[in-house]
Amino acid sequence: MPQLETDSNLVHEDYKYGFETVVPTDALPKGLDENVIRAISAKKEEPEWMTEWRLKAYRRWLKMKEPQWADVQYPPIDYQDIVYYSAPKRDGANAAEIDEEMMKTFERLGVPLHERGALAGVAVDAVFDSVSVATTQKDKLAELGVIFCSITEAIHQHPELVKKYLGTVVPTGDNFFAALNSAVFTDGSFCYIPKGVKCPIELSTYFRINAVDTGQFERTLIVADEGSYVSYIEGCTAPSRDRNQLHAAVVELIALEGAQIKYSTVQNWYAGDDEGKGGIYNFVTKRGHCRGRNSKISWTQVEVGSAITWKYPSVILEGDNTVGEFYSVAFTNKKMQADTGTKMIHIGKNTKSTIVSKGISAGQSRNSYRGLVQILPSAENARNHTQCDSMLIGDRCSANTYPVIECEADSAITEHEATTSKISEEQLFYIMSRGIDEESATSLVVNGFCKDVFKELPMEFSVEAVKLLEIKLEHSVG
Amino acid sequence: MSDTEIRIVNLHARCEEKEILKGVNLEINPGEVHALMGPNGSGKSTLSNVIMGHPSYEVTGGEIWFKGRNILELEPDERARLGLFLAFQYPIAIPGVSVAKFLKSSSDAILGDQRKSAGEFLKELRENLKFLEMNEAFLNRFLNDGFSGGEKKRMEILQMLMLKPSFAVMDETDSGLDIDALRVVSKGVNRLTGPAFSLLVITHYERILQYIKPDHLHVLIDGKVVMSGGPELVKELEEKGYDWIRQQFGQEVLV
Repeated sequence: MPQLETDSNLVHEDYKYGFETVVPTDALPKGLDENVIRAISAKKEEPEWMTEWRLKAYRRWLKMKEPQWADVQYPPIDYQDIVYYSAPKRDGANAAEIDEEMMKTFERLGVPLHERGALAGVAVDAVFDSVSVATTQKDKLAELGVIFCSITEAIHQHPELVKKYLGTVVPTGDNFFAALNSAVFTDGSFCYIPKGVKCPIELSTYFRINAVDTGQFERTLIVADEGSYVSYIEGCTAPSRDRNQLHAAVVELIALEGAQIKYSTVQNWYAGDDEGKGGIYNFVTKRGHCRGRNSKISWTQVEVGSAITWKYPSVILEGDNTVGEFYSVAFTNKKMQADTGTKMIHIGKNTKSTIVSKGISAGQSRNSYRGLVQILPSAENARNHTQCDSMLIGDRCSANTYPVIECEADSAITEHEATTSKISEEQLFYIMSRGIDEESATSLVVNGFCKDVFKELPMEFSVEAVKLLEIKLEHSVG
Repeated sequence: MSDTEIRIVNLHARCEEKEILKGVNLEINPGEVHALMGPNGSGKSTLSNVIMGHPSYEVTGGEIWFKGRNILELEPDERARLGLFLAFQYPIAIPGVSVAKFLKSSSDAILGDQRKSAGEFLKELRENLKFLEMNEAFLNRFLNDGFSGGEKKRMEILQMLMLKPSFAVMDETDSGLDIDALRVVSKGVNRLTGPAFSLLVITHYERILQYIKPDHLHVLIDGKVVMSGGPELVKELEEKGYDWIRQQFGQEVLV
C-alpha cells in the first residue's frame, strides 16, 4: 500500500523538500546501452523515427568526452551505475491510489494538481522521475490553440511539430550532456503557442526527482509562433540523499517573428549536506533561438540548489532586431559548486542583449560566472550590456568570473561591468542598529543585491524566490 | 538608580589593540539633552559605537546600564529594540533596499506586537518626510545609495523620528551640513525631545548647540570625560578651546 512516508533523516531544516514518496516503481535496471535506449523508447511506445533519433544521439555520445573546463570538481561519474528510467507503477488495482499519492506529493511541494485546488493563472505539468504525471488547465489552453503537454504526449499527438523543431536549437551532438539527454530523455514539457496568441496564463513545469540512483533527463521544447507570447516557469526539488544524482536536461526555445518567450527557473535541487555529501549534479543545456525578426527571449534563473551546477542558458540572436536577456541569481552555500552564465550570439542586425548576473557565495562554496558575448560580422549595430556582480558571505567561499567578448562588427557596442563585494561588518552593524537581527540583516542586503533579477520574475514567483533565499541564508552567517 | 536612562561606568574599550576609552563615566536622566565635545581622536565616535555595540570594538572594562540592564552583552539589534538609537556619522548604503522597505522592516522589528499596518506606517512616514522637508521620491530610493552628505543625515533623523527611541546618540550629525540642513535636522530632533526622550549630541562644533540646547555638556579628552558643566561651558569652550582644559588637567589628561 503506497503511503506518503517521511524519513526524518532525509529532511534538513533548510531543505523541506527532502522527503521521499514511497511508491511502487517500474524501473529499468542500471546501465546504458542500445538496448536500454530501445527499452525506454518502447516503454513510451514511441514511433520508429524517435527511436532512431535517440540511437543516433547515443552513438555520438559514445565518441564524446565529458567536459572538464568548468570550475567544478567531482569524482568521475559511472554512467553504468545510473537508472535511466523510473516511473511510478500506475497500472493494475492500485492505479487510483498511486495517482492520489502523486497528487499528495506535489501538493506537499506547493504544487496542487487537482483542478479544484489548482493555482489560478498557472497551468502546471508535473514530472515525477522519468514521467509526466499530470498537466492542469489543458482544456482552457486548448480553446486558445495553445498546446501544453508532456513531450511524450507531443511525440504521439503532434509528431509534425516535434519533428520540425526538436534538436534544432540544441543539436543531438551539441555537447556531452546534451547528447546523453537526447539518447535517454524520458519526459519533459512541450509548448506550442500559435500565431498571434498571447498566452494569458503562466505555463509551468515542476520537476521532481524521487527514486534513488535515478538520473532525470528531461527535455523541454517551447515554440512561440509569429507574434505570440508566453511566460513559462520551471521549478525543481529532490529528496535529500547521501548519493549524488545526475540531472541532465535540455531545454530548447524557439521564437518566430515578433514572438516573445519569458522563461523563469527556480532551481532548488537538493544541494548535499554540510560536508558536501550527496546532492544533485545539475548539468543542463538551455538555449533559445530568436529565429524570426523582432523576437525576444528572456531567461531568468534563481539557482539556489544542486551540489554542482553547470548551466549556461543562451540566446542565438539570428533575426534582425531581436533581443536576448539573461537575469541570474546563483546562490551557493556549504560545499556547493556553481559554474553558470550565458552565451549571447549576435547574428542579426540591431540585435540587443542584456546580461545581469548576481552570484552569492557563502560557506565553503565556489561560484563562477562564465559568459560569452559573440558578435558576428553580420550583426551591425549590435548592443550588449553585461553586469556581473559577486557577493561573498564569510571568508571561506570563492567567486570567479570568466567573461569573454568576441566582437567582429565595427558598429557594435558592448559594455561590461563587474563588481565583487563582501557583506561588510559595517553594513550589518548599521542595519542591526535599527533593531533587525543578523540573519534578517544579511537577507536584506542579499535581497537588495538581487533586486535587479527578482524584479524580472513573475510577481508570485518573485515573492517565493525572496522567501527561498531567506531560508537558504539561515545559518550561513557567522 | 532606576531613574537614570543611561549610566556609563568606568568604561574601557579598545580597537585593534589600541586602548581608546580609558574609564568613561556618564549619566543621563530621562528627558535630558547632553552634549559631548572633544578634540579629534579623543574617543567620541568610539564611545557612540561602543554604546550601540559595534563588533570591531572590544570593551575591556566597565558597564553600560540602560533601562536597568547592563547592555554590554546584547547584540546591536537587541539594544535597538530596548529603545536605543545611534545616528551615524557616516551612514551606510544598502543598494537595492528602498527607504520605505527598510524603515518598515526596522519599525516592525522595534515595535514588535505593536507593529503598524502598512497604511498607518506610510501615513506617518509621509508626514515625517514632509516635516524634514524631504521629497516623497526618497521612499523609493535605495537607502543612502548615492545620497549626498546632507541627505544621509536627514535620513538618519527620519529614521529616528520613525523609530521613536527613548535614548539617542547623534554622532557628529552636524559635520558637513550647511546651515539649512542643520536647521532642518535640529527641527527634527527637537520634535522628539521631551520627558520620555534623552539625547547625547556628540559634536566638534558648538554651532549645533545653538539649535539643540543641551542641559549638560561634557568634554572628552584622551578617552576620559575630564570636565562636565552646564550650558555656560559651551561658550567657554568656544572662546578658549581645548588647550585650556588640557592645561588645567595637565599631566592627568596627557598620560
